[in-house]
Order: sequence, then structure tokens, then C-alpha cells
Amino acid sequence: MADQAEFAAQAMEFMDALYSAALRMTRNASDAEDLVQETYLRAYRGFGGFEQGTNLRAWLYRILTNTFINTYRAKQRRPEESELGEVEDLYLYRRLGGLEASQRGRSAEDELMDLITDSEVKDAIEHLPEQFRLAVLLADVEGFSYKEIAEILDVPIGTVMSRLHRGRKALQKSLWEFAAERRLLPDSAIGSPATSTAAPTTGS
Amino acid sequence: MPDQNQTDPCDEAIAGLFLYLDNEMDDEAKGQLEIHLNQCSPCLEAFDFQAQLQKLVSEKCRERVPEALRLRIAELLVPPYDDAR
Repeated sequence: MADQAEFAAQAMEFMDALYSAALRMTRNASDAEDLVQETYLRAYRGFGGFEQGTNLRAWLYRILTNTFINTYRAKQRRPEESELGEVEDLYLYRRLGGLEASQRGRSAEDELMDLITDSEVKDAIEHLPEQFRLAVLLADVEGFSYKEIAEILDVPIGTVMSRLHRGRKALQKSLWEFAAERRLLPDSAIGSPATSTAAPTTGS
Repeated sequence: MPDQNQTDPCDEAIAGLFLYLDNEMDDEAKGQLEIHLNQCSPCLEAFDFQAQLQKLVSEKCRERVPEALRLRIAELLVPPYDDAR
């Protein structure tokens, strides 16, 4: 059994990562702060039930995810799973020119780095329906294994794989659409991606 | 075993893309795939691209928790913590 007095010493180091995930989950800083604080309080109260020597980071993410789902899901009206269409394999790679680009001396990777801004990556993740967003966040941002994600989300590994694969492909499609949209703007607008990808405001 | 003569080796490799990059492939399948990647530059390019993309996604999403929140949580966690507070 874990000693509650040890909690802060062991858990504080994960706060940046949990906050990053919370921002992508809630899509706004104020909710993300509340979510992280609530997660730490719940984890602190429940720390007696944590088995020392097991994966504390995964345990904290499980609490974060459950708290998010229980507290914020009802508040969010976002696209459902059924609205996520099928996207072909290698969607972004093929659009960035694939092998032909690399033969011209500019690889698709170079194109990618030039084309995609920080805010576009964040926006693209935030646009994914919740189930896909959580899987992509846990795998690509946090680096958890399929088995860990299955435990965090409490779903079978096959479900994790399917959400992750579909989510990643949908993410590529959004990244492409954001980049394509920005490219249609005059040169002076490039470099201020917020003009084309600004988050929707909630009323005035 | 299904009839493998009918499958295109590149399609098969791409089907294993995510499993491979996520390090979730068993050793035998991984070995087979690597043999293909060493012989097929289009597939190798595509795998490299996807690996870079996943790295990019990870790097662009790192944030620092606001200092005020860190301090607030640190204060809340100082024992003895009282639920009734």
C-alpha cells in the first residue's frame, strides 16, 4: 500500500505531461487547470489503493481520463465517431508528394516540417472525436503501449488499435486541410496561422 | 495460412505500419517487414515519414503547467490533507 505522504514526491513530476493532455482533452486552459487539479486531488485521496512498484504515470492518466470523461463529456458537443469517415493509408505522405518529392531533393518530411505549425497540430488533435483523440494522445503524445492504453481507457486492445489507426488517419486529413486552407491565403497571412485556424469562440 | 501469393508485399508492409512503429509487432513479423523495407525504398520512405509525423505530433503538444497551478496543487497536497477543508 502506498503512503499518502509520499504522493507529492512521486507524482508532481508528471504534472506538465498531464496538463498537456488535459489541454487537448478540454480544449481550453481554464478547464484543463481544473481537470489537472481535480486529478491530483483524487489521486492523492486514492493513493492508498495504488500498488507501489506499478506504473504511477499510467495510474494518473487513468484518473485524468476518467475525470475528464465523467466531468466534461456532457458539456461537449462534438462530432461523434460515426462522423469520422474512412481515410486512406498514407494520406498525408501521398499528398506531400511521397517518393517523387524525395527524388526532387525535398522529402515529404521537409515539406511536413515547413507546412504544419504548432497550432495546427494542436487544432487537428482537438478536432478529433473524443474516443479517437484520447487514443491518439495517449499513444503519440504520451507514448503509452497498446496494453497500457487499454487499461487506462478500460477497453480491449483491439478497440485501442482500431481507434488509434482511424484517429491517426483522420488527424492526417485535418492537418492537410488546415495547411491547404492556409496556403490559399495571401503570403502576408502565412506565419499567422491563427487567422485561419482560430478556435471557435463561445459567444460574445 | 491464407494464400499469400495473392497479396502485394507493399500493401502488406503498409498494413503493418502502425504496429511496427508502435513497437507492438512480434519478432517474426518484424523481421519479415524489415527484410521488405531494406529492399523497397518507397515503403521505407513512407515509414520514415510516418515516424517523423508521430514525432512531430508529440513534440508540438508539450506544454508547461502554469506556475500558479503547480503551487496551488503543491499546497493542497501538503499533509495532513483534510477532506473537510
